[in-house]
Amino acid sequence: MTGRKILFVTTDQQRYDTLGANGGQLARTPVFDRLAAEGTRYERAHPQSVVCMPSRATMLTGQYPATHGVWMNGVPLPPDAPSAAEVLRRHGYRCALIGKAHFEPLLDPFLRFPENALARLGTQPPEGSHRGFEHLELATHGSLGPLHYARWLAAEHPEAVAGFYRPLDADFQVNAEGGGDTGAPQVAVNPVERALYHTDWVADRTIAWLDSLGDDEDWFCWMSFPDPHHPWDPPQSEMARIDWREVPLPPGYARSPEERARLIGTKPRHWRLWYEGALVSNYEAPARWVPATLTDDQVREVNARNAVECELIDEALGRVLARIERRGWGPDTDVVYTSDHGELQGDFGLLFKGPYHVDALLRVPLVWRPAPSVGRAPAVVTRPVGLLDLAPTFCAIAGIDPPGWMQGSVLPTDDADAARRHFDQVFTEWHSELFGVAVHVRTVHRDGMTLSAYDPGTLHDGTEGELYSADDGPVQTVNRWDDRAWRSTRDDLLGALREHRPPLRQPRLELEAPV
Amino acid sequence: MLANRGSLRRHVVAEAGADEVWSLVGDPARVDHWFPGIESVRVSGDERQLTLRSGAVVTDTIVTLDPLQRRLQHTMRSPLWRSHLGTIDVVALGPRRCLVVYGTDADPPAMAVVLAGAAGQALGALARQAEELG
Repeated sequence: MTGRKILFVTTDQQRYDTLGANGGQLARTPVFDRLAAEGTRYERAHPQSVVCMPSRATMLTGQYPATHGVWMNGVPLPPDAPSAAEVLRRHGYRCALIGKAHFEPLLDPFLRFPENALARLGTQPPEGSHRGFEHLELATHGSLGPLHYARWLAAEHPEAVAGFYRPLDADFQVNAEGGGDTGAPQVAVNPVERALYHTDWVADRTIAWLDSLGDDEDWFCWMSFPDPHHPWDPPQSEMARIDWREVPLPPGYARSPEERARLIGTKPRHWRLWYEGALVSNYEAPARWVPATLTDDQVREVNARNAVECELIDEALGRVLARIERRGWGPDTDVVYTSDHGELQGDFGLLFKGPYHVDALLRVPLVWRPAPSVGRAPAVVTRPVGLLDLAPTFCAIAGIDPPGWMQGSVLPTDDADAARRHFDQVFTEWHSELFGVAVHVRTVHRDGMTLSAYDPGTLHDGTEGELYSADDGPVQTVNRWDDRAWRSTRDDLLGALREHRPPLRQPRLELEAPV
Repeated sequence: MLANRGSLRRHVVAEAGADEVWSLVGDPARVDHWFPGIESVRVSGDERQLTLRSGAVVTDTIVTLDPLQRRLQHTMRSPLWRSHLGTIDVVALGPRRCLVVYGTDADPPAMAVVLAGAAGQALGALARQAEELG
């Protein structure tokens, strides 16, 4: 054992470029930026799924979705699934998960799933631990539901509950209702006091748990912020930080409807069907919202609110790090920061997420600030890594050999290390089958190229795909799938996809809820 | 699927006689033994009051109870959904083997997925308990 503590910080649906160290211009994120400057910053980290449950299951298990079996949102990770936290716990680590878990479905009126049933009982699972965590205090988006944050808010500050946006509508679909100044979907003016908002609550509860530990204990704390995932309803008191009217439109943003339609028309057909409101292929975007109605001002307001949420997270993280320093753990604490997937945030005239494997969703922030006592030099890694590399990295930090069931590798410490250990490519997959619509996509990123191949489904016959080159710009506007000049590149990458066949969990796990 | 209704089906093959499975399904007072998240049940005529783990109370009406077909249909009422119909069919495949099919129709469709998920868990419990009975 190394005696190193681990603070694992995740956000939800945060794009790579929302943070200062990653080139973000809008949100001020000095805490993240300092971690990045002191540690290793990864410029090409991809999740293995661009929705919450499969991606989070990958972080915990170190396995591809095909293997851990959580193939779409609403499929629970089996209770006995392998867990990096369980490995750490068995080696003497105290393990906590505070904030958003989402290994199990959120829509659960029967409280079938331990995450949803726990808050009635306390913060310690009846069995002693759940997925390796001895302490769970859970939250999700909004102020409703059975989790700890919602119950605390309802009990202690009931007047604040109604100020939050309701993420789901009366039909339990993602709410399309608009608000704020522009009427953008999932936007609302929230009068909640900042101290009562879930971002500060997650930091408060993390500090409280850390304060409960002895000075000499080793710990692993997954601090999981629900933001900046929609709804975009941060405390209104904080909105003066950024005037949405001053927010620039995203790079490569197509302002004219004609240009947007042309861009989307170069992509597989589900893009256009969604854009025009003809069909929503997945649950994670509002079923009653038509992306073609999105205005420039709505994009500005969404991005302003998103940036405020990113700033609040950064400040909350700063408070936790300050407490870690005061406890004397600073020199021995590793901090790993990432997000489960990205957000379209106006790219291509779209918001939210779905089977759209472009950088907006694929490229996530990732920084590993090693314990300063290790004395590792800061670095930037440009070669591709995946979130499935996190679990073995946690083991390595603790001085534990990663178990054989982990399919990733310990994160490289610099590009030379990455080259030596063949961090050459990273894979992402999408599967959804809901309300009669099935979409299956597999994606590989290698050498600055991103290729997505569509398997046969309701909307695709298996011949469609996308091929993007980083040389064409930061936004994936030029689809070279059908370009004869790129045929050999396409064939090479398709070969990589064919060769990438992680063990498949059989039988396939059942869908238990839409989310 | 119609626009305002979700219709899903789950099934299990139990290594038990159809009569053993039906002895569980067909007894309205025993639903808390196999349907997940039900803390207690109180039967009154065709209705049963189900107290959920959350403390919420759901009224469940038995609309079909046919021991000859081994079919039970029930309708749970809750503020969370506008309508629900659950249909359980127990089909003998042999003396010690049967197919249990649980259909779920609900409005809104998203809640049909949730109810069908619970039905799937219920089927697993039914099969296990019936196999133990056998």
